[in-house]
Amino acid sequence: MNSLYYQKRLSRNIGDKFFTSLSVICALIAILPLIFLVTYILIKGGSQITPELFTLEPNPPGDDLDAGGINPALIGTLIITTIASIIAIPVGVGGGIYLAEYSKGGAFSRFIRFGVNILAGVPSIIAGVFIYALIVSTKILFGSMYSGLAGGMALSILMLPTVIKTTDEGLKLVPNELRYASLGVGASMYTTILKVTLPSAFRSIATGVVLGIARAAGETAPLIFTALFSYYYITGFGDLFYEMGSLAVLIYNFALEPYDAQNKLAWAASFILVLSILSVNILSRILAAFTEKIKRV
Amino acid sequence: MEEKLTLFKNRKRFGIEKNIDIIFKNTALVLSSFVAIILLGIILVVFFQSFESFSRYGLKFLVTSEWNPVKDEYGAFTAIYGTLVTSFLSLLITIPLGVGTAIFITEDFVPKVVREIIGSFVELLAAIPSVVLGLWAIFVMEPFFRAFFVFLHNFFGWIPLFSTEPTGRNSLLAILILVVMLLPIVTSIARDSLNQVPKKLRNAAYGIGASRWKTIFSVILPAALSGIMAGVLLALGRAMGETMAVTMIIGNSNVFSWSLLSPGYTISSMLANQFGEADGSQVSSLFYAAFVLMILSLVVNIFAQWLVKKFSLKY
Repeated sequence: MNSLYYQKRLSRNIGDKFFTSLSVICALIAILPLIFLVTYILIKGGSQITPELFTLEPNPPGDDLDAGGINPALIGTLIITTIASIIAIPVGVGGGIYLAEYSKGGAFSRFIRFGVNILAGVPSIIAGVFIYALIVSTKILFGSMYSGLAGGMALSILMLPTVIKTTDEGLKLVPNELRYASLGVGASMYTTILKVTLPSAFRSIATGVVLGIARAAGETAPLIFTALFSYYYITGFGDLFYEMGSLAVLIYNFALEPYDAQNKLAWAASFILVLSILSVNILSRILAAFTEKIKRV
Repeated sequence: MEEKLTLFKNRKRFGIEKNIDIIFKNTALVLSSFVAIILLGIILVVFFQSFESFSRYGLKFLVTSEWNPVKDEYGAFTAIYGTLVTSFLSLLITIPLGVGTAIFITEDFVPKVVREIIGSFVELLAAIPSVVLGLWAIFVMEPFFRAFFVFLHNFFGWIPLFSTEPTGRNSLLAILILVVMLLPIVTSIARDSLNQVPKKLRNAAYGIGASRWKTIFSVILPAALSGIMAGVLLALGRAMGETMAVTMIIGNSNVFSWSLLSPGYTISSMLANQFGEADGSQVSSLFYAAFVLMILSLVVNIFAQWLVKKFSLKY
């Protein structure tokens, strides 16, 4: 009769309790520092935000009176990520189109898909080393060495696998009936892709690409010896061929300075970087969930 | 019949459209092969740049730790050892924490809403740039753990791993920041693979009277093992290649020490520190170190791919 009731002292029940509490502890140990980390960055960085921050050049470290602002780094990050996107998005979307629409699962496409996964795992600093050897040290870009352009190229290597993967997977989700219908009314393959399949996969591809851009914006390792750093305003097109600052490299450089003013600037830059990356992530998640709901209805 | 044939002929596509179609297909083909070109390019460029150093030091480079630009002597043992130790030890801490958290958010201990919030929060954390984690490590983690490290040294100093007096930045801090960085990766991949285990396996186990944790250990975890392993390997690759946070907190010293409480070096932090101002044969030696790092991460990643392919379709 007893065995019909829950028995606390049974070894299996004690064991279950033990492991349940163990997993709760694991979750707490894992999550609490993460929550602490985010709130600390947001509070500590947020308290450094002033209007001048967005308009001034950073002062060279040394005089710990006033650190200046982060304008060149902010603009530099925008420019470098734009360059990276201009390279990586066409190449990635084109490659993804080939994999999803044209390839028939042969050796070539399997090799490319494998390569995409491997490239995604290449350490980001190796991308920097590669661009350094290929472009910076050879001065192949009109004799300029360290440049924003080289930095953008290094970042594009990191973005490329993400873009190809999301395009490939987004296009694969498009139902085949749409393709048959389009080809059936006499459209050619490229019209079908450009007018039918690509537009219907647009949302998912765009989400993936935007997340890829957000990740690239925070990358530092590929930039420290390709784009280097600059303290001066970006004034014109020609500045692309010279050293260019970025938020990420600014954080790296100023975190290691012994002066308090520079450290504060690093915190402010982290705040801006983290806030923009997190909001892009959250927005795209909400958008994705929203569209999924619409589709279900 | 004749009439039908001419009609059919008239319906043929125009030459231009056909050509555009062919051009479009081939452009896409060329663009997709860019991946292979870049990958091979990276391997070849790094290999050829390291050739000078490779032919001079050979495999001795891997086991000596002299790094002296003045005497032109280079060996990367300290950095290679540091890379392996930091990545493996951080993974050793991350695996139980990450898998435990993943189990917590896939079982029904708390309401679904709470679990989903925790899950997406952990995923968001993977998006935080590593340089920001490095900044946090320098100004928050290092002061926070200082007393603990002194305690470790005082009571466990007889173990070689804790044998040096802790002075600021050290390898153990690098390991801890790597744990923070790897946790989101391991947790979200483990969660996905646990979620993919078919519900009927769980129901069958419950049906024959297994308790919850018996089910988890004997049915669910083994079924999800390949996915979890692949995630762990991806995290290992990430840990080996991780540069910024580690560079900022590990102390960057090429003096070899068994102790985790002394400043160390990893291949990536060596590259980040020295690449900008290196010249002569130092550049070639740095490329050699980069080549070693690339081979390490390639091996780990290829093994992860193989694992996914080999075991993923089991259920």
